[in-house]
Amino acid sequence: MVRVIVDGTPVDVAPGSSALQACEAAGKEIPRFCYHERLSVAGNCRMCLVEVARAPKPVASCGFPVSDGMQIFTDTEVVRRARRAVMEFLLINHPLDCPICDQGGECDLQDQAYGYGAGISRYKEDKRAVTDKDLGPLVKTVMTRCIQCTRCVRFSTEVAGTPELGLVSRGENAEITTYVEKALTSELSGNLIDVCPVGALTAKPSAFHARSWEYKKTDSIDVMDALGTNIQVQARGGEVMRIVPRVNDDVNEEWLSDKGRFSIDGLKRKRLDRPWVRVHGKISSVSWKDALIALARRFDGVPGDKIGAIAGDLCDAESLCAIKDLLQSIGSGNLDCRQDGAWYDTSARSGYLFNSDIGGIDQADALLLVGTMPRHEAPVLNARIRKRFVDAGRGGFPIGMIGAPTADMTYDVNVLGNGPDVLADLLSGRNAFAEVLKNAKNPMIIVGHSALTRRDAPAIYAACRELAQTCGAITPEWHGLNILHTAASRVGALDLGFLPGPHGCDAASMLRGGVEILWLLGADDVQIDRIPPETFVVYLGHHGDAAAKRADIILPGAAYTEKPGTYVNTAGRVQRAFRAVFAPGEAREDWRIIRAFSEVVGHTLPYDTLEQLRAHMAQVNPVFALGGKNTQRLAGQGGEQPVLPAKQEGELMPAPLRPVIQDYYQTNVISRASQTMAECSRVYGTVPAVAAE
Amino acid sequence: MLADKDRIFTNLYGQNDWRLEAARKRGDWTNTADIIAKGRDAIIAEMKASGLRGRGGAGFPTGLKWSFMPKQSDGRPHYLVINGDESEPGTCKDREVMRHEPHKLIESAMIASFAMGAHASYIYIRGEFCREAERLQAAIDEAYAAGLLGKNAAGSGWDFDFRIHRGAGAYICGEETALLESLEGKKGQPRMKPPFPAGVGLYGCPTTVNNVESIAVTSTIMRRGASWFAGLGRPNNAGSKLMAISGHVNTPCVFEEELGVPLKEIIEKHGGGVRGGWDNLLAVIPGGCSVPLLPKSVCETVLMDYDSLRAERSGLGTACMIVMDRSTDIIKAIARFSKFFKHESCGQCTPCREGTGWMMRMMDRMVQGRADIEEIDLLEQVTRQVEGHTICALGDAAAWPIQGLIRHFRPEMEERIRQYKAAYGSTGLVQVPAGGVPAAVE
Amino acid sequence: MSTVWTPAEQPDSFVFDAASEEEIAGVLTKYPEERKASAVMPLLYIAQRQMGRVTGSAWVPVAAMDVIAQRLGMAAIRVYEVASFYTMFNTQPIGRYHLQVCTTTPCWLRGSDDVVEACQKATGIQHFGETSADGLFTMSEVECLGACSNAPILQVDDDFYEDMNAERTELVIAELRAGRRPTPGPMINRSVSAPEGGRKTLLSPSTADQE
Repeated sequence: MVRVIVDGTPVDVAPGSSALQACEAAGKEIPRFCYHERLSVAGNCRMCLVEVARAPKPVASCGFPVSDGMQIFTDTEVVRRARRAVMEFLLINHPLDCPICDQGGECDLQDQAYGYGAGISRYKEDKRAVTDKDLGPLVKTVMTRCIQCTRCVRFSTEVAGTPELGLVSRGENAEITTYVEKALTSELSGNLIDVCPVGALTAKPSAFHARSWEYKKTDSIDVMDALGTNIQVQARGGEVMRIVPRVNDDVNEEWLSDKGRFSIDGLKRKRLDRPWVRVHGKISSVSWKDALIALARRFDGVPGDKIGAIAGDLCDAESLCAIKDLLQSIGSGNLDCRQDGAWYDTSARSGYLFNSDIGGIDQADALLLVGTMPRHEAPVLNARIRKRFVDAGRGGFPIGMIGAPTADMTYDVNVLGNGPDVLADLLSGRNAFAEVLKNAKNPMIIVGHSALTRRDAPAIYAACRELAQTCGAITPEWHGLNILHTAASRVGALDLGFLPGPHGCDAASMLRGGVEILWLLGADDVQIDRIPPETFVVYLGHHGDAAAKRADIILPGAAYTEKPGTYVNTAGRVQRAFRAVFAPGEAREDWRIIRAFSEVVGHTLPYDTLEQLRAHMAQVNPVFALGGKNTQRLAGQGGEQPVLPAKQEGELMPAPLRPVIQDYYQTNVISRASQTMAECSRVYGTVPAVAAE
Repeated sequence: MLADKDRIFTNLYGQNDWRLEAARKRGDWTNTADIIAKGRDAIIAEMKASGLRGRGGAGFPTGLKWSFMPKQSDGRPHYLVINGDESEPGTCKDREVMRHEPHKLIESAMIASFAMGAHASYIYIRGEFCREAERLQAAIDEAYAAGLLGKNAAGSGWDFDFRIHRGAGAYICGEETALLESLEGKKGQPRMKPPFPAGVGLYGCPTTVNNVESIAVTSTIMRRGASWFAGLGRPNNAGSKLMAISGHVNTPCVFEEELGVPLKEIIEKHGGGVRGGWDNLLAVIPGGCSVPLLPKSVCETVLMDYDSLRAERSGLGTACMIVMDRSTDIIKAIARFSKFFKHESCGQCTPCREGTGWMMRMMDRMVQGRADIEEIDLLEQVTRQVEGHTICALGDAAAWPIQGLIRHFRPEMEERIRQYKAAYGSTGLVQVPAGGVPAAVE
Repeated sequence: MSTVWTPAEQPDSFVFDAASEEEIAGVLTKYPEERKASAVMPLLYIAQRQMGRVTGSAWVPVAAMDVIAQRLGMAAIRVYEVASFYTMFNTQPIGRYHLQVCTTTPCWLRGSDDVVEACQKATGIQHFGETSADGLFTMSEVECLGACSNAPILQVDDDFYEDMNAERTELVIAELRAGRRPTPGPMINRSVSAPEGGRKTLLSPSTADQE
């Protein structure tokens, strides 16, 4: 540690820290605009100037390395004068349009102007005007407000890995632009809005809709992918106005994918806001009571094993638990949470988890991607891979890939082949990348759903596991065999055992007429048209998407922002979301609907409150025992060995792996209902489909 | 004054051929291997003893700067980068070295590189010096062909490559870290220091950046000895220096002169006197536009060297004088510098990006007199707010000429304002008072 | 310098020709392979010269910047940044001859206003940055060219015409118009940057003309 004296107070900081970090360690707040702790240091705003003993001039604390015994002064006349000077310079060409600026109320410049700004302007010359840029459907620009801090340039270059923004020209003509007027192609572009300290980059879809101080802020979990990004839902008057990320270094650092941020208008469109019942082929609106009675009547006399449920991708664990309990109580084992037909090794929890955890990527020193396209399946996780790639330096983090990338990965990948047969070459050592994995200290394999949704998924997984074992990816200290899920509900459902019972049907056979009554819990991404006409379909969900059209009874549920819920991310982290707004109209929280129906159908579930239900979940699987915490990942599972049959059925098939996400912007009912996402799809086009198997 | 026998740049005017054969006759490349054989420490010690201070403007002792380079390479290559981005208004000395003494420069670069453990050197030449770069390239080609560059350069046992990198119109690339950025293929935006180039420079490797002239004198100092060089000039201001005179003199020119010679004598001798006689002198900017001007009274006695000019709150800078006679609109002359700095600001850091434009606009009004007298104080305050708060010295350079103007010519500025007010009644600037738009306007 | 991009003027594609490729091959040897981004400025020059050679207007279209980015393994925006940062890269088409008048103080003190005026008179250009109606000339204001002892300077493409005045400016432009390039350098009776009327130093036999 290095001892630094800040305003007379000694503090110990790690060697290599900056003066700014030392000041923060001493509890001194240092104003800044360009400095961002997750971006490289630019030192250009000059707001963080401090005095250092024996330095002839004030120094920019963000980029000034500490040395032992260094004396820093943060509150001298020189410092105050310097900061006032910088503030004046920042303001002379900054428009005085705070009343119409969306950043107003949460603007760094506004806030710091209170501390360092003068009451009047001494600038009598004409102010600069800068042409606004079109950065696509998500990010609105008012470039005259830009203070050239280059945070956005650094974010897009360093974190997003899509270097499209730059500071072109020079001097006072310098401006942020793509130069060629094109839409940003990043799935993380919304974070530009967060990193921009002023109102130059704001959210286009929500422009002029609300003021930052009007929001009711609720902590929640993003369900647009399986990463479990920690978010804050900001609502006004019962309407979700905005979603922003929360900081969680174990999950999303402080980033949020564009789909998670901008799908919110989908929460207001195509909503199911009252129960519907189909009578003689015609769907009509009914009361809750009538709907539940009608459904109970339909259940009447149907044997349990002729009733089944398929869960969708956005479900909270509470609803999953409730419906599983209900079906089990009426004697059904027809349960499946894998609407995409994926195969998992469920013999142990580590068989379906991202075992190294998201943060484990930072320790990995070689990576093999098998049938996954993280940039589309989990953009924030992809940024984490990129961060590791960049930090490791040239050749420090070799990445191999099986399956053709459908977009620039934002890091260099060595495409080893299109089909899983490459795994056989890796196992036999014929493929040189096997050596790379073997030489790595912490090799990592990420298996995605392009592999797990194939018929040869068990063989692929077995090969991956064998490879992981032979290359040292599974040791007592390190578990580098990871599954990357795409559905937010999937791991929670697997943890609850939402899978076919001993003689139960899986999703495919339920869809093919294996059951008489099929309960779709938000499952819209199954092949609805395969359901035979005689199957009675119950849809419990929140959007009038594919499944609702086919349903015989529609029970309107709550979307993720409208219910308290538990979600388990791909790494097995159990996280709680809170209710930000109420569901529209008659719609109710899903588990409560199931609980109410259980009573009507005569199999009353043994819990009346959310707390009781959660206590029950913790009994089903102790991972759900959060003990008052809102996010928790049970540690110590690294060495857990799944029990697999010695030889998996089937052989590796040479057919190329096909991407699971064709269009990043439209993957679930909410994003499909969102006009913003539709616009993104239109602008960014769809991923070209790879030839069918 | 400097005698011909003590001149380093004996082909300054290209009166003789620049090519290798002629250069050898002048003494270049004659015993390079012997100089190298003295070893790194001896060369650096000799340079330190010579008292040579950086010829690019800052005046930092050259030998000391070289000694900052790591003694042992940690595996990273070392680089010598020569700053030929001569762009400071008034300055036109390095151009003559590059086009008329290219071999002196190349040989010196090799000696200097050896002293720093560098096997490669780049010279960054401003883009506008296209012909000069072509000439130097021709000399480099000659040197390679003659075995003076490349493997075992000049039979010294030291491998040395010398390459040209051309700029493309950016004054800021004369700042050493901006130059390195530019050489790496980026915008010429200065880096924060620390780390200094001697630790992390070009491509992240230990690097020394020296002015063309500082390097070019090396071979002669090594041949004639540190004591010879130190014997010229004044203590702490040793040696001879390339200088130039431009502006209102009878014979503007470039020349080599001893440091510590009276400014007046230099103007009389080399410049052929001030246009219209000495008494017609208004002011002199002694070393490129970023140093504050000297009014005539100071010019009478001041000596041309680092310390004498520093004592007059100006500086030697590049020792390229701009002479202005009494016909000069001094406010306009300085305002043009403000425009220059505004144009050349890289735009990276706030005080310079915003301040240079502000200063330029106020100076433009000062030229007209369209200002209030109190605004002279505001202008001065703005220069103080820029000064010392920027990443590099361009902000300081933009501030100093204005400070010098106000220091010495405030009465002229005030008079201009009074004249404007007398002619037009007001400054013509509409200001909205704090209470809102006056009723009369609405 | 201009950041205003007008798509209509931009060619769809750009390919380096054989002459340029030869130059590029030479340039790339100057820098370590993994540092080839250093070659971005030389390549922009090469592209600009090729445009001048082929179209008569030496400028760098966006398509050329994209080609350079690909060649050097850089993001295109980094090339745009560089091209827009340095004033000598023309991001807009220019005339066949680029008249660059230095108006910085040392030149201004010695009459650069007259040179500007003469350029305007001889070409019909009203303002800096404009191209003459016949497409032959573009006049730009440039900052100090570093030849102040020979002020004022008129730079035509890569050549400095020194010690200019109105009359000599018109003469140079007339010659250019006639398809001839006058010999660059001082336009008065002096040798390079030596004092007018003969040098005052380097007169002793050992340093005087060896011829």
